[in-house]
Amino acid sequence: MIITIKQVDIKVNDEGYLTDFSQWTKEIGEELAKENDIEMTDKHWEVISWIQEQVAANKPLSIRGIKKSGVIDIKQFYALFPGGPLKVSTKIAGVPKPKSCI
Amino acid sequence: MGKTKVRKMLFILSKATIENVYAAFIMANGARMEGIESEIFFTFFGLEAIQKKKLEHLRVATVGNPAMHIPTMLGGLPGMEALATKMMKKEMEKLDMPPVGEFLEILSDSGCRLWACKLAVDMFHLKKEDLIDEVEDIITIGDFYARADQENTHLLFI
Repeated sequence: MIITIKQVDIKVNDEGYLTDFSQWTKEIGEELAKENDIEMTDKHWEVISWIQEQVAANKPLSIRGIKKSGVIDIKQFYALFPGGPLKVSTKIAGVPKPKSCI
Repeated sequence: MGKTKVRKMLFILSKATIENVYAAFIMANGARMEGIESEIFFTFFGLEAIQKKKLEHLRVATVGNPAMHIPTMLGGLPGMEALATKMMKKEMEKLDMPPVGEFLEILSDSGCRLWACKLAVDMFHLKKEDLIDEVEDIITIGDFYARADQENTHLLFI
């Protein structure tokens, strides 16, 4: 599927996750956040960068991992990305939706 | 936020074997991760999972559990439960599943609300101090039904 954000054609899957991370930019992240009613702050971006680093390093994402991240605690994570924080934050970060159950 | 058709999942945990406790925890946590509200009502033996002194000592049942593939008579031998539990915990750690105490913290931080059953608490002569701080209150089943009295809410007995 192709969606157009800021006049750029972006490849996404059925659930709206980017399938080609090289297409990701901060502007695209910002637009994806708006679709989820999230106004990005510095703290949001800090989390997004951390998520992207984890994925780049092939480390699985989980809520337990968030707890150990040192970047954010779980309560704050839920507050910043309401409606399923890992699902929402990974979409904004342009990385695949995590397959973990925990 | 609130995009799912299921809005709230309520779990009643009545057992203290590891597999049942983790089933409740994983589903309750999974609900929160999907943006669904979740709550757990601990009753009867389920109370062991929220007692400060007991929660890290839960075990898997080796007797009366055909899926363990251990003959019932052997399953009852001293040390069998402890051994099976140790092996299971090892496998869980490999999958990055948190221990019970940490899992309860994660659930609470994730906004999953935890309740203890009044009748069971009275029956086992427990006090609020015996339970972990994350437990919000000791309530009756009527109170819990009141929490379920909303559209798109599911109740699950474990």
